[in-house]
Amino acid sequence: MIGVRREPQRLAAPVGDGVNTLLEVHDLEVEIPLPHGRLRAVRGVSLQVGAGEAIGVVGESGSGKSLTLRALLGLLPHPARISGGSILLDGVDVTGLPTRRRQQVLTEAMSMVFQDSLTALNPVMRVGDQIAEVPRRRFGMSRSEAHSRAVDLMDRVGIPDPEKRFRAYPHELSGGMRQRICIAIALSAAPRLILADEPTTALDVTIQAQVLDLIDTLRRDEQLGLVLVSHDLAVVSQTCSRVYVMYAGRVVESGEVRELLTGPRHPYTFALLRSVPDPDAPVHRLLTIPGQPPDLTGLHRGCSFAPRCAFAQEQCTTEDDDPQLVPVAAGESGSGSHDSACIRWESAAGWDSDPQPVDVLERHP
Amino acid sequence: MNQVLYILRRLVTLIPVLLGISVLVFFLIQLVPGDPAVTLLGSHVTDAGVAALHQQLGLDQPLWRQYVTFLGRLLHGNLGESYQYKSSVSALVLQNVVPTVWLIVTGALFAVLISVPLAVWAASRRGGAADNAIRSIPLVGLGMPAFWLGIMLVLLLSLKAQLFPASGFGTGFVGHVESIILPALTVALALVPILVRSLRAGLLDVLQSDYITTAHSKGLGTPRVVLGHALRNAAVSSITVLGVNIAYLIGSTIVVERVFALNGIGYLMLTAILNRDFPIVQGVTLVFAVMVVTVNLLTDLAHAALDPRVRLA
Amino acid sequence: MTAIAFPGRTTDAATPRRRRGAVNLTLIAGLTLFGLIALAAICAPLLTSADPIAQDLLQARLPPGSPGHLLGTDQLGRDVLSRLLYGGRTDLQVGVLAVVTPFVAGTVLGLLTGWIGGWFDLVVMRVVDVVVAFPFFVLVIALVFALGAGTGSIYVAISMVGWVAYCRIVRGEVLRAKEQEYALAARASGLPTWRILFRHLLPNVVVQAVVFSMSDIVLTILAIVTLSYLGLGVPPPTPDWGSMIQDGQQFLLTQWYIATIPGLAVVLVGFALALVADGLVERFGQR
Repeated sequence: MIGVRREPQRLAAPVGDGVNTLLEVHDLEVEIPLPHGRLRAVRGVSLQVGAGEAIGVVGESGSGKSLTLRALLGLLPHPARISGGSILLDGVDVTGLPTRRRQQVLTEAMSMVFQDSLTALNPVMRVGDQIAEVPRRRFGMSRSEAHSRAVDLMDRVGIPDPEKRFRAYPHELSGGMRQRICIAIALSAAPRLILADEPTTALDVTIQAQVLDLIDTLRRDEQLGLVLVSHDLAVVSQTCSRVYVMYAGRVVESGEVRELLTGPRHPYTFALLRSVPDPDAPVHRLLTIPGQPPDLTGLHRGCSFAPRCAFAQEQCTTEDDDPQLVPVAAGESGSGSHDSACIRWESAAGWDSDPQPVDVLERHP
Repeated sequence: MNQVLYILRRLVTLIPVLLGISVLVFFLIQLVPGDPAVTLLGSHVTDAGVAALHQQLGLDQPLWRQYVTFLGRLLHGNLGESYQYKSSVSALVLQNVVPTVWLIVTGALFAVLISVPLAVWAASRRGGAADNAIRSIPLVGLGMPAFWLGIMLVLLLSLKAQLFPASGFGTGFVGHVESIILPALTVALALVPILVRSLRAGLLDVLQSDYITTAHSKGLGTPRVVLGHALRNAAVSSITVLGVNIAYLIGSTIVVERVFALNGIGYLMLTAILNRDFPIVQGVTLVFAVMVVTVNLLTDLAHAALDPRVRLA
Repeated sequence: MTAIAFPGRTTDAATPRRRRGAVNLTLIAGLTLFGLIALAAICAPLLTSADPIAQDLLQARLPPGSPGHLLGTDQLGRDVLSRLLYGGRTDLQVGVLAVVTPFVAGTVLGLLTGWIGGWFDLVVMRVVDVVVAFPFFVLVIALVFALGAGTGSIYVAISMVGWVAYCRIVRGEVLRAKEQEYALAARASGLPTWRILFRHLLPNVVVQAVVFSMSDIVLTILAIVTLSYLGLGVPPPTPDWGSMIQDGQQFLLTQWYIATIPGLAVVLVGFALALVADGLVERFGQR
């Protein structure tokens, strides 16, 4: 563990509206060993979630956002592993704990909702039993107590006729229903924080909105923390108060959601916003950011976004390393500062009037 | 309900397969070059004998007539008359089937007892030394002739170490158990290379599944994740693998019975071949096919009982 | 973390992924080993001057390492090394050739049944169901018995049973490939069916059949050796590994090597072809 371990009392400093910080992550590093080296999939990510707060993590596929989320629960897929940084729960560093103890502490505080509800559910187990499993096995409830707890939860997540659906198998339910079951499973552990990994991506658009609504309602009712990972800024902006934008394994911009949407201070966020289809625009066109994310096993100089950046200048590639996150504005209403990892953030005000990025985007649809 | 319907539907699909088996077995005799009666009688050939055999086999009748007669007899459990033993083939099969069933059941049991732990070990130590060693078993074992393996086991465990009898079926239950171990080990070891590879792949599939991650994310301990979630799913894939391979195991009993002079139906068939006793060869071939069909049916039913998704299909 | 401030620079190599066409050690090892075995069998007359059939009862059952008999002699005084090499000629030749007919027949039939579908597919697949209901060895033994013992019967029997596996594999591949864009494009372009099938589909679906044929050759050699062991295969005195094992079985206690050596030869062939099959899978990928 090379990460800088700060003193717990300093870390427990209030974030957000005076709410205590539930989860803090510092300089998280995840790497995937490869036959000829290693892929540094997450490179020093720091984030924090207050109790009852919803934060979003946004980025393209391969930006390391899902791996970050999985690392938080110790669920990294083989052979990826955490290679640095620290995770703090309630201000206490858990990274030094023995594996089993750490796993226990993490899973007691957090639950996870996955992207694909069909594969995330055990195909040969009744959905009710899957919800009742934690109450029964971890909380030691009796069979009938666990059963009624599961039925309650199914009712809470909006499953009609829960007594009957209790006995259903995953393949017998629709995608929306299955994702509700997954949410019920997540709630069954009575978590204080829910990690949701693209929970609506696999669903139809109309169902997406319903499931997102459900997550938001539950969060408010139960005062749950939420980390919502998505490639879609629109989804995140509906639900979350703070957003972390990730690119190539790093956070490139973070801040309060409205600030970020109205005044992005990193060209990647700027481009992401441009790529969100505008329903009011006369021509519906999904703009994409030209180019590919960098190969994280290879060498690069300076900012990893520079090769795709419409505003890149020479100084962007002469530095040895990716630029550090720096505060660009004090957060409004004290909800943390607005940070950007772009050395040219001060020129951001002019990006909008600059026609160049739009040209680039249209040339490479 | 669903399950009953599934079983019924599965039974209906047996009908064409069983009919096909009877047709193929029936046509075995048509493959015999020249006049089958002459060929079959070999050195004992006389005009009267040929005429009698023609009469008995119904060779003087049109082909479809012969088949209908053949099928009619089969439906009554009549597999024909042995030339050599002057007794019905069904009776002979019944007399000799016990050691074969012992061999198949014990062999399958050994195969499972050897392969499953190896596969589990390999899958849980993925990429490690044990995994690599276990993965090389199929490479070495693929070309291992079952009968040669049997001979080698006899050499090592029976002739040298004097642990087990080298041949026969023994007397009494204890004698049977003692005598079946080596042959059963032989058919099991002939199957293990194929089995280990498929089981390991199936287990890895299960262990990498998202629902296992879900189970871990619930904060359940590893034992609970394995017993509650991985085991049943692994059993689903393993049973299919076993079902497919038991046909191979049943096939290898025929030559292993010969190695160990185990008087099962495979041995009966091989003796009949030397004596050119055609009805026995025909009858035993049919019985072997019916055994495979039965095993496949049983594995399908077990699969359906374990996996709720099957019943809808 | 500040101490190590060079993210993205810690990797020592720039090409982590296995590229197509990269050196495939498994395939090379398998082909080399099989090539050596085949070469030894083909060059049998050059490698040994001993006649594999010549008996010399005064020189019977000599142990390996005896002068003039590197691997000893069998119960009739025949040179084991010479019989091993000439036996390999027989078994490898029959094993490889016997796979050709089922390979071609099964592949063509699988291609057609996968493409045409409907009643044709239904009928062919029912026939396949029937053939696979029989244990492979049992059906081959019964067929060889009906046809009469000998090499010719082995070819016929293996062909009658072996096509099934190829038919199933190729049919599955065709069903998958049919929906892919190159197949749709070929269909849309109005090319004649035979051209789509053999020019566009076949090269894509045949790979899995080739991979399978490697283990099928092993299975076929096992069948031949087994038939010979049972006295139904290659007629004596032609040397063959199966009959060698059968000869040696009765002298197991005193001359264990007579039965052991030919068995090891079969295992070695199986090992070589299993490596080739694995190498092919590595090269082309499964499915």
